[in-house]
Amino acid sequence: MTDTADTTVSRRDLLCTIAGCAAAASVAGCSEPTHTDFFRHHLHELTPEQLKAMLADLEQEFSAKYGKDVTVAMTEARPGVSFAYALDLSRCIGCRRCVHACVKENNQSREPAVQWIRVLEMDKEKGIDLHHANAYYEAETVPRPGHFYMPVACQHCRNAPCVKSCPVGATWQEPDGIVAIDYDWCIGCRCCMASCPYGARHFNWAEPELPAEELNPKTHYLGNRPRPKGVVEKCTWCIHRTREGLYPACVEVCPVGARKFGDLNDPASEIRYVLENKRVFVLKSELNTRPRFYYFYGV
Amino acid sequence: MRNHSLPRWLAAFALAALPLAGCDAHDHEEDFPSSIGAPPVEAASPQGIHVPPPPFSDGVFPCSDCHDPEMLLPNPRRRKLEMAHQEIELKHDAEHRWCLDCHDAANRDQLHLAGGELVPFEESYRLCGQCHGDKYRDWRAGVHGRRTGKWDGDKEYLLCVHCHNSHAPHFAPIAPMPAPKRPVRTP
Ligand code: SF4
Ligand code: SF4
Repeated sequence: MTDTADTTVSRRDLLCTIAGCAAAASVAGCSEPTHTDFFRHHLHELTPEQLKAMLADLEQEFSAKYGKDVTVAMTEARPGVSFAYALDLSRCIGCRRCVHACVKENNQSREPAVQWIRVLEMDKEKGIDLHHANAYYEAETVPRPGHFYMPVACQHCRNAPCVKSCPVGATWQEPDGIVAIDYDWCIGCRCCMASCPYGARHFNWAEPELPAEELNPKTHYLGNRPRPKGVVEKCTWCIHRTREGLYPACVEVCPVGARKFGDLNDPASEIRYVLENKRVFVLKSELNTRPRFYYFYGV
Repeated sequence: MRNHSLPRWLAAFALAALPLAGCDAHDHEEDFPSSIGAPPVEAASPQGIHVPPPPFSDGVFPCSDCHDPEMLLPNPRRRKLEMAHQEIELKHDAEHRWCLDCHDAANRDQLHLAGGELVPFEESYRLCGQCHGDKYRDWRAGVHGRRTGKWDGDKEYLLCVHCHNSHAPHFAPIAPMPAPKRPVRTP
């Protein structure tokens, strides 16, 4: 069963047919055949040749669709690297530069808009209180007096409920800690969304709209490659950048330098300095999800 | 956790029946690692750090173009400036500070430390670090301020003055980018 057959039935089509899930079909894009062969093996079971052929297929498909050279990399985790992220709550001013830089970098759908980062505005008086958080704040300038800001995206949990709840193994934790999704394996059931306590996962209810001129052509299979309708996506810590040694886009764009990223196994890294010298916490620690994403107070 | 040996179509039927518990592959890794016993954290020496050029206002540098010691004798008296630089409103401990605490009277193209050592504008962080030692320490470690480049290699730093106007260092509020749309509820 290789992926070369010019099948007109995609895996998702067939799934829908078998399951007779008419309701799901209407949102899950079941009418359009995709490049993926239904009989493909799981990503981790592909031979190097099959993987290569699959990536080449995707590159061809995307390049034709968007009219420019799109690369789809499958750069592996670097041995011995354990990623973590830290965000300085005493610095963030809620400007949403990170949200929009992320959308551009990671080819999120513009309409309907998918945004992996959500910046919550909270009252200084109340402290961290998710029930009173507001993601829709509008203001001439930020920070607004009396408020502070808490950006939330995937926490790359070590003990990730999303991974446990996926019935098909379409999402897992990579050796470097990144929680990844294979969009071609996702059946769109949204179990992971229901189980994620951070609202970090987003569903493509409609065909993602991504203007060709805005497409970032440097993509990773498990990251920012264009997604089909009917699959779940989330922050990947810019896997296409960080696996090459670069910082995630949000780290580089944040005007106040609130965002820190690096390797926990490197004692000289910025992230280790934060964990050793600052007041650090994780969001909803009581749930034992054990995030790799830390919040800290830099002052 | 990789449960991909499960046939997918079977799984699609059996969602509800699946137990949600799973194994944790990373059980022995600490969530809050510390480096007790590890070498002290010292990022690359600041002098080896890449910083972009200082953000001078147009045409203002070299200062010695005007402050030529032969032509314009330095006036070390603390006063309100009237001949030039009136636009500068000092909001940086103004009660105790003034120009020549940082700018060198004899060599206007440089700054000086409290002890008199001259410091070029490219290394102004050493001057700032005299009072703001905690921020200086964090900055050198890459934790205060913005970094670009590689998490595992060369990084570009910014000078303190790229984000903080040295004469009025409070970070100025900025306009936020658009808010997300509220989800529409169907009635
Ligand atoms: S870009 Fe930085 S300051 Fe602005 S909202 Fe994001 S984290 Fe906060
Ligand atoms: S934050 Fe949500 S999506 Fe991210 S790893 Fe944790 S449970 Fe999964």
